[in-house]
Formats: sequence, C-alpha cells, structure tokens
Amino acid sequence: MIRFDDVSKTYEGQRRAALSNVDLEIDKGEFVFLVGQSGSGKSTFLRLVLREYRPSRGRVFVAGRELNRLHNWKIPGLRRQIGTVFQDFRLLPGKTVYENVAFALQVIGKPRREIRQVVPETLELVGLDGKGDRLPEELSGGEQQRVAVARAFVNRPRILIADEPTGNLDPATSVGIMKLLDRINRTGTTVVMATHDSTIVDQMRKRVVQLVDGRVVRDQARGVYGQQ
Amino acid sequence: MRHIFSETWSGLRRHISMVVAVVVTAFVSLTLFGAGLLVYQYADALKGNWYDRVEISVFLCTEATLGDNCTPGAGVTDAERSLIEETLTTNPEVASVEFETKEEAYREFQEAFEGSPIQDSLTVEQMQESFRVKLVDPQQFEGVVSSVAGLPGVQAVQDMREILRPLINALQAAQVAALVTSGLLLLAAALQIGNTIRMAAVARRREIGIMRLVGASYAYIMAPFLLESLIAGVLGVVLACGTIAGLVAWLTQNPQLSIQAGGWIGWQEAGIAMAGVAAVGIVLSIVPTLIATRRYLRV
Repeated sequence: MIRFDDVSKTYEGQRRAALSNVDLEIDKGEFVFLVGQSGSGKSTFLRLVLREYRPSRGRVFVAGRELNRLHNWKIPGLRRQIGTVFQDFRLLPGKTVYENVAFALQVIGKPRREIRQVVPETLELVGLDGKGDRLPEELSGGEQQRVAVARAFVNRPRILIADEPTGNLDPATSVGIMKLLDRINRTGTTVVMATHDSTIVDQMRKRVVQLVDGRVVRDQARGVYGQQ
Repeated sequence: MRHIFSETWSGLRRHISMVVAVVVTAFVSLTLFGAGLLVYQYADALKGNWYDRVEISVFLCTEATLGDNCTPGAGVTDAERSLIEETLTTNPEVASVEFETKEEAYREFQEAFEGSPIQDSLTVEQMQESFRVKLVDPQQFEGVVSSVAGLPGVQAVQDMREILRPLINALQAAQVAALVTSGLLLLAAALQIGNTIRMAAVARRREIGIMRLVGASYAYIMAPFLLESLIAGVLGVVLACGTIAGLVAWLTQNPQLSIQAGGWIGWQEAGIAMAGVAAVGIVLSIVPTLIATRRYLRV
C-alpha cells in the first residue's frame, strides 16, 4: 500500500536531510507505529505519503501510484484515498459536528443523499451519535478528536494517517482513540500513526518503525516503544 | 455546486465593506478607462477630420518673387507649369490636384481681408498661382513635397500639416494622458482586488487546508474566490457602462455640446468603449485573484 524506495528528503535551505535512504514497505491492512523524537523525520514521512512534498531522491509509491510521477492535478485523487488526523484536530469552529464531517464529502462533490446517509453512520462508528448538532467548542478534547477521525474516515479511505493523534489527550481518552483507530484498521484500512506515546505503543503490540535523524533504525513486528 | 454558491455568498457577506470598496474602485477606474477610450476615439476622429482638409500648396514664381527655383524678374513659364502639374498628377500618393489662378487667389485675399486697410495693398499681378494638392494618405506628404520642391518655377511648397502639428501633438498627448491615467487607476484596482481576495483566502485558510487534505479539486477550492471577484468585477463593469452610456446620451442630446462633439462621438464609439470596459473589467477581476490565491492553493 505504501512503499519507500531509498527515499531521502532535504528541505530547501537546510543541510541536514530530514529523511535519508529510507526503504520501507507497508502492506494493505497493516497498523504501523512511526516512533522517534521530534525532528526524527516522522512528519516528513507522512507528508511524503500525502504528496505535500516530493522526495529529493528515491521513489514513493502510495496506493499503486508512483508519487514522483503524479501530476499536480491528480493529487486530489490521491488524497481522497488517504484520511488524515492531526494532534490539533483541525476542526472548523463555526460548523457543527455533523457539518464538519459532511464538509469532507461536500468538497469532493458527493451527492447530498449519500452524505445524509454516510455521515450519521460514521458518527455512530466513532461513538458520537446524538452529538451531531454540537459545535466543536462544546466537546471535550477526546470527542473533538473523534470528530476528526470521523472526518478522516467518512470517505472510507484505504489509508489512514495519524500524526500524534493522542498528543493533546489524557491517557484514558487516548485509549479510547486508539480503540477507534484499531477498529478502523480492522475494516481493512491501512493505519500509519506517528507518536511519542510509549504507553500506547507498548499496549497495542503492533509493527513499530523507529526513526533517528531521518534513518530507520528499527522495524519490528509486534514491537514496543523503547529499544529492546 | 450548492456548496460553491453558499461559500461565495457567505464570503461576500462576511467582508461586505471590502467588496463594496472593490466594486467602487473597479467602477471608478473602469469609468475613467471608458472615458479615456472615448477621448481617444474623439481625438482620432478629430485628427481624421483635420487630415481630410489637409492639403499641400505649391506656390509658383511670379516676376516679383524670390526663390532658389525662380528666375529673377520672370514668372513661371507655361512649360514649367505643365511639368509641375504632370509631376503632381502622376504621383500615386496624390489624390487630386487643383489649380488656383492669380484671379482666384486675389478674390480669396479680398474676401479674407474685407474692410481691412491692407485689402487694397495688393494687385492681381502680385498674387501667386498655386497648385492645391490633396493626398491619398495625409501622413505620407514628404515624397510629394520633395518631388516638386526642386522643380524650376516652384517658389515654395507649404504643407498644412506643419500648421496643424502643434494641435495634433496636443491631441496625441491628450490620448496618451487619458490612457496612462486610466491605466494607473486600473493597476490600483487590480492590486486592491488582489489584496481583498488574499485577505479572504487568509480568512478561509483553515477551510482551504482541510479541503486540500480531503482531496477537493483546485477548481473547487478556487471557485468561490473567482466567483466573488467576478461578481465584484461585473458590478463595476455594469456601473461603469451605465455611466458611459449616460455621458454619451447627454453629449448627443445636448445641442450645444453635440456641435462640438459633432457626430464624432456617438453610440458606436460608446459601444467600443463599453466593450473595452467589459473586457478589461473581467480580466481585472480574474487575473489578480489567480495570482493572489496561488500561494494558498499551492500543493
């Protein structure tokens, strides 16, 4: 589903590479933790998957497309196959929970009938049924992140990318979000999650890829956060 | 589609004062641009009118005249006169040639200075014969002038363009000034539209970020901004065209003014000016929008 072939990325005006010589393959339906300190290259990895940047060297394949060769006008098509969740939720403050989730479908031109059917289903899936009329500010952090997950998943993407999704949440709430991501993973969606949270990684026992200074130093099935 | 229109509408409402400012700027600059186009056409018509009357006068020698090609004490001979006439009539640049006799010149002189003390100061014999030459293209006078200026019997060649030159220069300056002034105003309007749209893009950057993330197409993200500036631009165009139409209606209906502008500024010219205003108005609203939003829509 995602393949990196000897990928390096150096940002303009910087000497040190954000990623160097990364070779990695993530299969369909996998759940992968991307761990490492701030600046180790986790976000760069995710941004290359989203084709927010092109790699400086090497090739990136996502959902059967080679992103180096992807025309700009085809990027929206790629992103419709990828759901994204961030640490800071990124909800629209003026819109209700329902509208926030529906927004993701409206802007890619889905018919209204489909939106009216899919959005309540997804809200139920993430455990927010009955809260569709609330505004984001009326919700707890955990609930807001659930809205963000619903928005990322409402179009049933093949890949879900989560960048520190529990970074702003307390441990108990984080567990809830992780259960949700796990449930989404079980539907066949590939999940890639960058995180600092050792407790979560240790509990989940999923594949762990560790980055240090832009290099993959560990790739372990059913791994834990720290070195063993 | 519904979503694009509702986004456009809410965008227009959200910063209504900015939109009004854009419409007013577009309106004023487009009106002046249209007026500039009218002035330009008026000046062109005026120039054409003058050029139609422009002629070259070839004055012939008399016994009393001095000149490089005159024989002192003798006037132009018949042979010389017919050579000059033939030279003129065979020149392809010449449209028509008329000969003015001494008697005709004298009569004209008498009429021009009727009642003046110098009316009787000249006799028929002292008047000069001349050829009055009209040109096919009034701009191309040098060739005709030089072809006869050196012929024996020609005392002087006078080109009326020389007399009209300061007037024509002033008209051309007015044309340039009208276009430059309205060009500067249009530039200011373009910058203002660009800034307004940029602010609208900044205000919506959360939405834009999410739209890009979930895979909305560029056209979709762009559409509300383009529509918004297009609506403002079209309003400006409509107001400007209305003003120009009103101005032309007033000019053509006011009898005193219509003598001045006599037939040179009419609905045809107004139509050209309005078409120009519409074309420039559309470009004025779309191009700055594309430039201003490019940064925010970059992949």
